[in-house]
Amino acid sequence: MRHVFSVAIGPVGFRVGSDWRGPVAALERLYASYPKPQDGIADFTVRLFADRPWRRFFRPKVMIGGDFVLPEAAPLSLEHGLLAAEMAMNLQMALGQRRYLLLHASAVERDGKALVMTGLSGAGKSTLAALLMTRGWRLMGDEFALLDPETGLIHAFPRLISLKNEAIAVMEAAATGGTFGPLLAETPKGAIRHLVPDTRSVAAMFEPARPALILFPTFGHEAATREVAPSEVFVRLTQASTNYVALAERGFTALTRLVAGTPARAIDYPDTESAIAQVEALWASL
Amino acid sequence: MGVALDGHLLARALADPASVATLDSAGWQALLTMARAELLSATLAHRLDGIAKPVAAQRFLDDAKASCAQGRLVALWEVEMARRALGDLGVPVVLLKGSAFIAAGLAAGQGRFVGDLDILVPRAELDRVEAALLGAGWEWVKPDPYDDAYYRRWMHELPPLIHRERDRMIDVHHTILPLTARPTPDADALIADSIALPNGLHMLNSDDMICHAAAHLFADGDLSGGMRNLWDIHCLVDDFGIAGLAERARRHGLASAVRRALRLSHALYDTQLPDGWARSGSDDDLYLRRLTARDGWGRQTRPITRLAFYVRSHWLRMPPLMLARHLWTKWRKQAG
Repeated sequence: MRHVFSVAIGPVGFRVGSDWRGPVAALERLYASYPKPQDGIADFTVRLFADRPWRRFFRPKVMIGGDFVLPEAAPLSLEHGLLAAEMAMNLQMALGQRRYLLLHASAVERDGKALVMTGLSGAGKSTLAALLMTRGWRLMGDEFALLDPETGLIHAFPRLISLKNEAIAVMEAAATGGTFGPLLAETPKGAIRHLVPDTRSVAAMFEPARPALILFPTFGHEAATREVAPSEVFVRLTQASTNYVALAERGFTALTRLVAGTPARAIDYPDTESAIAQVEALWASL
Repeated sequence: MGVALDGHLLARALADPASVATLDSAGWQALLTMARAELLSATLAHRLDGIAKPVAAQRFLDDAKASCAQGRLVALWEVEMARRALGDLGVPVVLLKGSAFIAAGLAAGQGRFVGDLDILVPRAELDRVEAALLGAGWEWVKPDPYDDAYYRRWMHELPPLIHRERDRMIDVHHTILPLTARPTPDADALIADSIALPNGLHMLNSDDMICHAAAHLFADGDLSGGMRNLWDIHCLVDDFGIAGLAERARRHGLASAVRRALRLSHALYDTQLPDGWARSGSDDDLYLRRLTARDGWGRQTRPITRLAFYVRSHWLRMPPLMLARHLWTKWRKQAG
């Protein structure tokens, strides 16, 4: 392909080929501090391409391809090429990852222990993880937590933090020295702006951590904290995993081990300051 | 790099595992990506066992192997489900393709991804088999009257059925080529000469397995997935030899398809070839161009060649007037 970019994000290597320079230039800038895939061999290939030759120039539409594809993925405009690349990389993980149990969750680490946050879209798991990163936690990932069935450890997958809508202003204020991507307005998911994880999070991306707390945050209610029964945690995590079924017994064993060995809480929070305070209090009480 | 960047790279690694010693990281990347696109990554993983390779390549192949091992378990379970549904009918049930390879533990089953479950039963027993499967939880995938009627009148199989709980498809064949195709394999002989497996199900004998793979490749398809089909044939020839193959292929009207399959398999994987089967000045080169139309990014290449084989596949499948009528009906339904 014309333009090529490759990167290691935690234990996973990606190769991105593009018909256009734009998306690759954006990736090169934002992933500048990341290592390359081990041995120069990526686990997954992503392709951003024009479905007709003239579509490279005339009303360009970015088609998403790669090792694993959804049959009816809608193309994106070239201005959203960076988003297309990120979506395509996520898609490879969601459809093709078989080494780790993939949890749709954010994760942060302190003192070698991981806090895993999962919930419905809009629950704030991504924003909370990004905020905790600005307050001394190591960001392990804002989208996927990788549970290793062999060791029970969580592996980091610190891709660019994908901030949506209101979260953009929150993080522009909180991460003042941070490196941001361009503001992508009117994407299929609303406004999106990417934030590069801080230096420390990138430097430590190969270090896994023992899971210490599973959190189900919900935004928009009075501050409250509840215990969650292991059976409920288990079911919610199977729903939050894209490859639980594909991993079969390995997935079941890994997940039961995680649930049996890790306390879980649900928190309601009215604003991000309360959420941070609730998380710190819970963490201190472990 | 000194290696052609098309499917020949993958073919060479499968046929001669030691050849990967010369690959640089770009070569490995291309090889692994191609293997994944051709559904041959776990096969490659098994072939490259014990061969020195970069850590990242080893990890990639280990993942493919683990994923395939899980797929194998699911496929075997599906075989067992079919056995339970059909075992008491007193009808011979012959496993076809990948399911047969793994159920019988053949080399062709090593690393083989198995999608649908394909079985062959006598045509006279189709109604009973269909009823038993519907009773055991399988449902029609395409509840469309034209498609349904078309399948039942002209195809070599029932319309596809899917299990409502396990979400797995079963294709019930009564022969190995559409009734509209020119060769007419001897379906009674396929079943009569099949081989019983320990679980009471059957598989085709080795010559018929090769005939089926060749029929599928050249008389019924546009050659997509052809590298994997030819690898199946390569493994079958390797396991069972070719002593009675020519005669059996003639009986099914598949002599030229089988000869071509072996020539191409020989060209790609160095499969042994019976004396006198090598032929010069043939159009095999065009077939090889189609079979290896894959680049290091996993993309299909050579669109004109592929289109030609696509048109050819329909041409072979039915006579011209019928093809026109079929395409007309399909087009009107699509437009409507």
